[in-house]
Amino acid sequence: MKTLVTLFRSNVREYGMLIALIVIMLFFQYQTEGILLKPINITNLVLQNSYIIVMAMGMLLIIVAGWIDLSVGSVAAFIGAIAAVLMVKLDVHWALTMLICLFIGGLVGVWQGYWVAYIKIPAFIVTLAGMLIFRGLTLLILQGEAVGPFPMEFQRLSTGFIPDFFHNEGFHITTVLIGVVLSVVLAVLDWRGRKNQQKYGFEVTPFYFFVLKNVFIIAAVMWLCYLMASYKGLPNVLVILFILIAGYAFVTSQTVIGRRIYAMGGNEKASRLSGVNTPRLLFGTFVNMGVLAALAGMIVTARLNTATPKTGVGFELDVIAACFIGGASASGGVGKVIGAVVGAFLIGVMNNGMSILGIGIDWQQAIKGFVLLLAVFFDVYNKNKSV
Amino acid sequence: MSDVILEMRNITKTFPGVKALDNVSFSVQQGEIHALVGENGAGKSTLMKVLSGVYPHGSYDGDIFFVGKECIFRDITDSEKEGLVIIHQELALIPFLSITENLFLGNEQARNGIIDWNESISKTKELLNKVGLHESPNTLITDLGVGKQQLVEIAKALAKEVKLLILDEPTASLSESDSEKLLQLLLQFKEHGISSILISHKLNEVSKVADSITILRDGATVETIDCHKDVITEDRIIRGMVGRDITHRFPPRESNIGEVIFEVRNWNVDHPLHKGRKVSSNINLTVRAGEVVGLAGLIGAGRTELAMSIFGRAYGTNITGKVFKRGKEIDVSTIDRAITNGIAYATEDRKAYGLVLIEEIKNNITLTNLDKIADMRLVVNEPKEISVTSTYRDSLNIKCSSILQLALNLSGGNQQKVVLSKWLFADPDILILDEPTRGIDVGAKYEIYTIINRLAAEGRGIILISSELPEILGVCDRIYTMSEGRIVGEVPAREASQETIMKFIMSQKEVMAQ
Repeated sequence: MKTLVTLFRSNVREYGMLIALIVIMLFFQYQTEGILLKPINITNLVLQNSYIIVMAMGMLLIIVAGWIDLSVGSVAAFIGAIAAVLMVKLDVHWALTMLICLFIGGLVGVWQGYWVAYIKIPAFIVTLAGMLIFRGLTLLILQGEAVGPFPMEFQRLSTGFIPDFFHNEGFHITTVLIGVVLSVVLAVLDWRGRKNQQKYGFEVTPFYFFVLKNVFIIAAVMWLCYLMASYKGLPNVLVILFILIAGYAFVTSQTVIGRRIYAMGGNEKASRLSGVNTPRLLFGTFVNMGVLAALAGMIVTARLNTATPKTGVGFELDVIAACFIGGASASGGVGKVIGAVVGAFLIGVMNNGMSILGIGIDWQQAIKGFVLLLAVFFDVYNKNKSV
Repeated sequence: MSDVILEMRNITKTFPGVKALDNVSFSVQQGEIHALVGENGAGKSTLMKVLSGVYPHGSYDGDIFFVGKECIFRDITDSEKEGLVIIHQELALIPFLSITENLFLGNEQARNGIIDWNESISKTKELLNKVGLHESPNTLITDLGVGKQQLVEIAKALAKEVKLLILDEPTASLSESDSEKLLQLLLQFKEHGISSILISHKLNEVSKVADSITILRDGATVETIDCHKDVITEDRIIRGMVGRDITHRFPPRESNIGEVIFEVRNWNVDHPLHKGRKVSSNINLTVRAGEVVGLAGLIGAGRTELAMSIFGRAYGTNITGKVFKRGKEIDVSTIDRAITNGIAYATEDRKAYGLVLIEEIKNNITLTNLDKIADMRLVVNEPKEISVTSTYRDSLNIKCSSILQLALNLSGGNQQKVVLSKWLFADPDILILDEPTRGIDVGAKYEIYTIINRLAAEGRGIILISSELPEILGVCDRIYTMSEGRIVGEVPAREASQETIMKFIMSQKEVMAQ
């Protein structure tokens, strides 16, 4: 039977970033004298980083496909501006506005995907152009000023919480129930996967490790839900995030389309010669990115309750950094949705923790840069060692 | 003759699993043109790479003496410093730099790191005069034709004060008049005491200019002919190149050939970049059920280009012609459709075009037909995938720790088996195999041949592209010979010999040249 140490060594890439996240959380928890993990701050942390995580999932697909998208910050701002003008100046219903925005996000993706996938202009250039174009259009639409505030329903997208069906004062019971259901579902899925692997005679992790892992996951989920419940319950955004994460994790790991994206990123020519329609697939990843950037743009605009020309400046850097910290490879073909999410949280916790500690934006930037470099170095180092 | 300028003694070079050179000795006299001939894979290029330091001293056995000194080259700069310059088949010029910049690349005419352009340009003019190229030194390489680029390469060699010039297939892509000019230049250099080694498939050229000819076969020297003493005929050279024992290298084959299942009619393909330059002209070929059809020819004959253009137009532009399967015309306009219509093409370059190296064996195998193992054609059914790919591992004998192993970590032969599995998974009627045994060891080759026999026995039609004539003769039922993008001959394998096929190719080259 493998010992825990060798098990960890062989999966160091998988668990490394998670452990780094925990270490960093503990560090800030200690340094901020317990503020970091206070219910209100945890809720804030999720709200502040939700749009980064949303975009990181789209970005991950693009990076796995072998490219990059620099325009997401500008696109988010552009969509936010459209939403603001539609609702505030043209009195369009908030639900219709959201649909229109998602659609326009898709169109942005069509525009960029067309140049990259069919005209074969490198994505770096196309999206650099997009970064300028959509920032410019944002200024144009807003005519250089901030537009707001928005209807309550729209704001709820990012500042609302799920209703408590038990109407319990001070403690959100629905949240805890959801946590219980989620824990059970996760454990059952893992159990079934393990059974299946055994059926086909594959080596599985030892049983005690399986139990340990699930206890740990359930504890983390329940603890998070408990914290949320003792504030205002689950934020709407977290529910959206969870659905997206589950959906994208499934698509990337279990479906034909996911398989093909990884193959395309690993070797575009071989994939094409295997009958994969690589231009169409690449086009699709950009359309997907456009829609997710639109969603993120609405979330951030709803949170600020105003659309400004400066919204989303520099988002693309956090999003890309999240993917690379999460183990995606810049040369394509490698990367996991969960990794990108962990990467985004890692950046989020650092932003939040350093802000609480009163560290200036100057040092925050520099420290984030070092962490990015360190994380990727860790990856490269591990890869070289295993060869 | 005069002094020996180069002597290579007992050179042995092994790659994992393959002995590329076996105790080869080779010497060149001062001021002679020495031709080096042999089949593809006979070891000519390897020998030249050993000589020029591409394979550094210590990575091979044997000794090299150049101008009386023992050579211990660590890399190609060391050999160039001694005046030994190799010009490769694929030219090593930088397209968007000028002639001058290319000539002195790595050898810049500079003082304290600042380039003296006047000096560079006047030297360039001098060198261009020597090779008879009348172009402005500021012309960009990309604006020159292949023939002129070749001359720039030679001028570059002269700039390094070359004593021994090695040319690898210099005339392969040149027109007749350009080739003639180049050969004259070599003769002229000879007058000035510069020796050259000429690697060429064009035996008429070789017999025209060479002072001596060394024939290599299977990594060993067959003989060295002194052209001034012996009578040389092309027949003699060809016999030397191919004459070898081919028994027991191929599994016995009982062919059971049926109806015509695949036919290509009037197929024409243009080069993707040079419109109007034909890479396949007026190709007609047929394949019967259970038949293995060989496509023989030299490298550059247009076999891969033909195969890829048929396989969903993966190569070329301006493609015309029709493809029939069992008498019905089929659509092969995209790779996806070609696969759906039962055509598969296993590439010659498995690492670049065949496999996603960073992925698992099973993912590679199922990539051609993921729908087959996906529920509702959407969600990959991994248990099913694992059991299906395991059967391929067993039936093709892929040696791996698990089908979850990365393709990256397999040996060449096993990678090739994964490529074959992947195309078998697509269940094609017509399987085009492009150099399926390139770079793999003898044992694995035999296994691949056995698989080919089995596939044919299942009633599939196989097209085998190979540059190794014994392989074509040992495996195929019928052989087409290609040269310069045309089919120039068709023979049943029983009636063919290496000599007849080689003659087909060579004679065609001369016909084309005239």
